[in-house]
Amino acid sequence: MMQNLAIDPLLTGEVLWTPLLIVLLKVVVVFVVGLLATMLMVWFERKVIAGMQNRIGPNKAGPFGILQTLADGIKLFFKEDLIPERSDRFVFKLAPYLAFVPAFLTFAIIPLGGDFRGDKDGLVTWFGHQTRVQLADPPIGILFALAISSIAIYGIMLAGWSSGSKYPLLGSVRASAQMVSYEAALGLSVAAVVLVTGTLSTSGIVAKQSTLGNWNVIVTGIVPFFIFMVAATAELNRPPFDLVEAEQELVGGFNTEYASFRFALFYLAEFMNTVTMSALIVTLFFGGPQPISVGSTTIDIPLVGNALEGTIWLLLKVLVFLYIYVWFRATLPRFRYDQLMNLGWKVLIPASLGWFILLAAQRVGQSAGWDRYVVTISTALVLLVSYSLLVLAQRTSTNERKRDGVMF
Amino acid sequence: MELFVFVCAAAMVLVGAIGVITRNNPVHAALSLVLTLFGVAVLFVANNAHFLAAVQVIVYGGAIVVLFLFVIMLLGVDQAEDLSTEPLTVQRPLALVVGVGVAGVIIAAVVKSQDALFARGAGINSATVQDADANIRQLSRSIFSDYVFAFEVTSVLLLIAVVGTVVMSRRQHGHQVEESA
Repeated sequence: MMQNLAIDPLLTGEVLWTPLLIVLLKVVVVFVVGLLATMLMVWFERKVIAGMQNRIGPNKAGPFGILQTLADGIKLFFKEDLIPERSDRFVFKLAPYLAFVPAFLTFAIIPLGGDFRGDKDGLVTWFGHQTRVQLADPPIGILFALAISSIAIYGIMLAGWSSGSKYPLLGSVRASAQMVSYEAALGLSVAAVVLVTGTLSTSGIVAKQSTLGNWNVIVTGIVPFFIFMVAATAELNRPPFDLVEAEQELVGGFNTEYASFRFALFYLAEFMNTVTMSALIVTLFFGGPQPISVGSTTIDIPLVGNALEGTIWLLLKVLVFLYIYVWFRATLPRFRYDQLMNLGWKVLIPASLGWFILLAAQRVGQSAGWDRYVVTISTALVLLVSYSLLVLAQRTSTNERKRDGVMF
Repeated sequence: MELFVFVCAAAMVLVGAIGVITRNNPVHAALSLVLTLFGVAVLFVANNAHFLAAVQVIVYGGAIVVLFLFVIMLLGVDQAEDLSTEPLTVQRPLALVVGVGVAGVIIAAVVKSQDALFARGAGINSATVQDADANIRQLSRSIFSDYVFAFEVTSVLLLIAVVGTVVMSRRQHGHQVEESA
């Protein structure tokens, strides 16, 4: 218990100085890494999207314009701090922090490195104490991320409401409806991962994905990954689901009335969430800091210690997903609001639920020794029947609404 | 350490609870409710009930109060309410009676079960303290074995509530259309 105290930042038990310092060090490092990652992500997005649109992008501040975000940040700090007259002052000031803090909190449970090979289980030894290269490894693990993502809604919702004007309110109502709807699909695809790994803790989930064939994206049969990816994009309010800031309809969305530092907080939170969500995808489906290995051959990065190598692998994998998010933004046009809701409720939630049942049936069949093909086919038949019932219900209700003369 | 966490969480719960009833603005009251729910979640964590804490935040903090706020915003009742006129004259004395009654029942329950509460470590299964996953495993085992009937009945009840809401809102809508036509 005492040896592993640094794993547990809640400090149950005796307070010792070295573990306390390790925890503090981790907090500082995670905070700084988070801020740096966000800064670089803003630059990366602008540069990549410029490349995709045949532009140059930021190129003045620093080499390749890499300091552009810093320059923008400094500019935002020195701008005038406006509070609209009709706003609710307290909530207006509170809302940016409610968006910013959850964005950082999720980062705390992501394994940022460590050696998961053999039976080392991702533990490293710092100053004579065994610890993980992640800020916290709570027993509820991935549920923490879900809880935080449901808290993140408050920032956006209250920002829109407290501004005291119509456009931000509409933007925030849209955003929160969207986030609440897609949370169900997100949670169900996470449930599929938890089902196959049998643990909630993020380090446990990473430890189970030792080889390429064990990566959850393959073990869960790729569908939960796609659902998670789409639902995560919607949770992040990123294109093609960025109805929150549909400029043509809403001026600027929930943050229309915000300026200077408070606006910067929203902006930071948005990009921070993109980084965290990519890291979460990597952790859940692509083995996190595990190196790529097929069978018994492992791709080893030379000259780097195994624990540090995990960090490099994580970075590489996260970069792929960050690139994909930028790619989405450059390629896909924005969804219409009813299309967004249809996709969420009528496609993603039934699909993730159905796939979850399929996986559960497989596992029950395995432990009871039933024939694999019979189990799969009979589950598929049940799912097909329920899906056709769903389609039938939808068609009936659409017809009824048409008869009533309601458009949507 | 334990005492410190308890005092902080209890202060959160109390401040939130008082805020809910004293704030005139419904949105502020809802936010105070969030504070209370968070305090309770912290208390759960302090008692090693991590799963309950997560569920508390996801369900109450993330879904139910968001729904409250949604209704408040959409219906536009977010102005401070005028409390000088009383729509139901009996409700204040009635609230007093019910409040005192509930407080009395809770105090009676605590006094009655004093011995069990003060017995050190009673009720806390040592397995859950040692192994992190054991807590969740035990909970799921009892839900899906001993209490599976109650669990399923509750989910059916929720389903009935959802279907009922849809049916009622649809019927009212059709009625209005008929009236206007």
